[in-house]
Amino acid sequence: MARAVTNNRKALNTAIAWSIGILIFFPILWTILTSFKTEAQAISDPPVFLFFDWTLENYTVVQERSNYMRFLWNSVVIAGGSTILGLIIAVPAAWSMAFVPSKRTKDILLWMLSTKMLPAVGVLYPIYLIFIKLGILDTRTGLVIVMMLINLPIIVWMLYTYFREIPVEILEASRMDGATLKEEIIHILTPMAVPGIASTMLLNFILAWNEAFWTLNLTAAKAAPLTAFIASYSSPEGLFYAKLSAASTMAIAPILILGWFSQKQLVRGLTFGAVK
Amino acid sequence: MATQQSRSAARFMLAPAVILLLGWMLVPLIMTLWFSFRNYLPLRGGDLGWAGFDNYVRFINSSSFWPSVQTTLIIVGGVLFITIVLGVILALLLDQPMWGQGVVRILVIAPFFVMPTVSALVWKNMFMDPVNGLFAHIWKFFGAAPVEWLSQASMQSLILIVSWQWLPFATLILLTAVQSLDSEQLEAAEMDGAPFHSRFIYMILPHLARAITIVVLIQTIFLLSIFAEIFVTTGGAFGTRTLSYLIFQRVLESQNIGLGSAGGVYAIILANIVAIFLMRIVGKNLD
Amino acid sequence: MKLKNALFAASALVSVASTAAFAEELTIATVNNGDMIRMQGLTDDFTEKTGHTVEWVTLEENVLRQRVTTDISTKGGAFDVMTIGMYETPIWARNGWLVAMDDMSEEWDADDILPAMRGGLSVDGTLYAAPFYGESSMIMYRTDLMEKAGLEMPDAPTWEFVADAARKMTDKENEIYGICLRGKAGWGENMAFLTATSNAFGARWFDENWTAQFDQPAWKETLEFYVNLMNDAGPPGASTNGFNENLSLFQQGKCGMWIDATVAASFVTNPDDSTVADKVGFALAPNTGLGKNSNWLWAWALGIPAGTQKEAAAKEFVEWATSKEYIELVAANEGWANVPPGARTSLYENENYKDVPFAAMTLESIQSADPQNPTVDPVPYIGVQFAAIPEFAGIATEVGQEFSAALAGQQSVDEALEKAQALTTDAMEAAGY
Repeated sequence: MARAVTNNRKALNTAIAWSIGILIFFPILWTILTSFKTEAQAISDPPVFLFFDWTLENYTVVQERSNYMRFLWNSVVIAGGSTILGLIIAVPAAWSMAFVPSKRTKDILLWMLSTKMLPAVGVLYPIYLIFIKLGILDTRTGLVIVMMLINLPIIVWMLYTYFREIPVEILEASRMDGATLKEEIIHILTPMAVPGIASTMLLNFILAWNEAFWTLNLTAAKAAPLTAFIASYSSPEGLFYAKLSAASTMAIAPILILGWFSQKQLVRGLTFGAVK
Repeated sequence: MATQQSRSAARFMLAPAVILLLGWMLVPLIMTLWFSFRNYLPLRGGDLGWAGFDNYVRFINSSSFWPSVQTTLIIVGGVLFITIVLGVILALLLDQPMWGQGVVRILVIAPFFVMPTVSALVWKNMFMDPVNGLFAHIWKFFGAAPVEWLSQASMQSLILIVSWQWLPFATLILLTAVQSLDSEQLEAAEMDGAPFHSRFIYMILPHLARAITIVVLIQTIFLLSIFAEIFVTTGGAFGTRTLSYLIFQRVLESQNIGLGSAGGVYAIILANIVAIFLMRIVGKNLD
Repeated sequence: MKLKNALFAASALVSVASTAAFAEELTIATVNNGDMIRMQGLTDDFTEKTGHTVEWVTLEENVLRQRVTTDISTKGGAFDVMTIGMYETPIWARNGWLVAMDDMSEEWDADDILPAMRGGLSVDGTLYAAPFYGESSMIMYRTDLMEKAGLEMPDAPTWEFVADAARKMTDKENEIYGICLRGKAGWGENMAFLTATSNAFGARWFDENWTAQFDQPAWKETLEFYVNLMNDAGPPGASTNGFNENLSLFQQGKCGMWIDATVAASFVTNPDDSTVADKVGFALAPNTGLGKNSNWLWAWALGIPAGTQKEAAAKEFVEWATSKEYIELVAANEGWANVPPGARTSLYENENYKDVPFAAMTLESIQSADPQNPTVDPVPYIGVQFAAIPEFAGIATEVGQEFSAALAGQQSVDEALEKAQALTTDAMEAAGY
């Protein structure tokens, strides 16, 4: 009986939701469209929406000027490397906080989060000097470490909330059967936590990919990721909307595609323990 | 049931994360504290000696200090308000049956994947530019004079840009919470004739409280340190200078590391005040 | 194509192995301006000649400046060659951060560098950065609109004439604005323009005792004149317009006049990008009859951080990029209008370059700027649109934000000047003047 009314309501929902969705997505759509225009069309008055001469010229120019693949590869390595390294350190920590909680567990968690509140720009000089001393300036290694440290609190926290949802009884049962700690983590915990781990990985990959302060300030040529690529198109002399759009599209496309393929995972997994 | 053995194992497993973060926190913190008491001017030859509390006094007495704290709080507060209100509405809407739900969800969460630098550049140039921006064209189409967004409505524009970036995050977390609502109970209430607003206030909102807390906590952490959006759009002009931007100006534009470091210490204090405030709320809601 | 390049580079490597001791890989930081992008495109020629390869770090101006300053002041060594300006060079050189350019080769011909550029990039007579291109500022105006307004632009106009012409050319209905000037806050943005303009009005940043002068009538006159003019004849959103924004406005035919860097001349006369390419005239930046014009002096130069291990190769690069041959190379590839201007005397004596419409006015503007005596009244600093002291960039950016807010109508001219005076005094006290 409740379902009978829904077709009208469903149509209404659909109309509203689609309008809002398109509105929110519009800036990205507009950027992508602009990237296929000439510079003159990009600023034409009135603006042209779809009916213009589509051109790939901007992409050619951008590719000629900067080695896109290298920036892309650096982004992939930095975001991927920091996420994996972060997981290796965070999984045991989250496990111990979730299954062997102590009085201080919550304090430790909140303290970890509070380390993220250090204003990055205030510590640029100290970090820069340390990087010089360690010889890891403009290296992917250096950035992997920094990105890992920046995101570690979030990783630990997310994993902690997933682990807590795993019923302790299962663990107890396995211990009765004589499973060691290692086996427990690998064979029982991990499979159950895979969806949670996957969305943790995704979120951290996105955060590391988009981080623009450290990635820009601690690199020169060799380790520069896509954030630096964008900085070379941000306000050059002359008309630049179309080329900026092309560069922007190139910088966000990989992560956008990844996000789209994994949106189900994100929608289901991004709970931070919000649901009990 | 935790045995002594599993306790020590747990401590052992927790150690790497704690030690790393402790190092990441303490080393720069100690260096910042050290610099904040020094007359450190790289362009005048580097560390020129002991400064006492001069840097602290100078930073807090500067006419830009309190406005910057205020700006910071307005931006954080404004963005939180917008993303949570719109996030709840969107989450409720996306949970309804509709055609093409998956696609709509993709459209809504897409801004989250866009780098802050890129989104600031796109908004600034292609939308808010008073001559060539799309908004200017729309305003002109309706016969209105184009708004000079980034100077006349600088804070609103900035909040709009940042909210656009964070709305997907709020929506996602709230959506998972909405999906776990007991729909039968809601339907029963609807049948009983409970109007939407009372269902919303008495059933939905309490259920979402936890999710809202988490959105507030995580977003605050990120919003306190927003930088790229300001750097790209206004460069701190027109009253958009946040505390972290002020520190940036002291450290990099004025090249006064000592003064900037003192500012950094103030920022840490501010962050901790906000954090304690948050923890109070979160602590209650997280158990 | 790639393969061919690689083979070419490889064979070049072999052939020059005798001249270059090692083939180095240089990391070079530069601005994303048109001339530098062209240089990037011609890197193969350098690799061919010397065997060294180049890694480019091309960044937007503000990001670049913050990046290289951090690196050089911490002796980070991330870059082998840095693109820096006339403001940084003397300050860095005094700190001993730059390699002196006093042992360049005979062919490079140091005496050919324009004296104004040489002076601005030297400390105690020693050159510390080689000018890649130099600029002053001048008026670029639309000849058709000027005619329509029934006026004729003199070669050296006064501000009075310019303001009058701007108001007459303005036609807001059709989106024609009489004058486009910088309004975006920043020491290299609105403050470069306003400081240069204030020189013509008899204002100065500091008196001989380093006391800030924003409470003096000359500054008030300058700022009021500027704000009124922009309100009457400027484009909307002028308070966020910098060089780039004004350039695209001018190219779209929306500005009657534009006073900005001389290098812009090659952009606005380029028919590929500019809709008004054949209707642009040039004149000296305006004056008020006090003996100073409102034009600045700037150079983008290549400097080598002291302590780099690749000093020899870095010097080879600097020689290549700032040589006469490089200018010929660009001319052969992109035409004479696109060569990096304002650095060498020989360029302005070149017959081919004399046909370029803006060449003469550029040279005249550069020669009329005097960084040693920039103002009507004496000042203790060097620099036309800046004061070459380490504190200036930070102070001027904040002053620029106050002036920008005054232009946007968020505060009065008096309030802006009052705040500027206070914050400058504060900062100068902090720096121990």
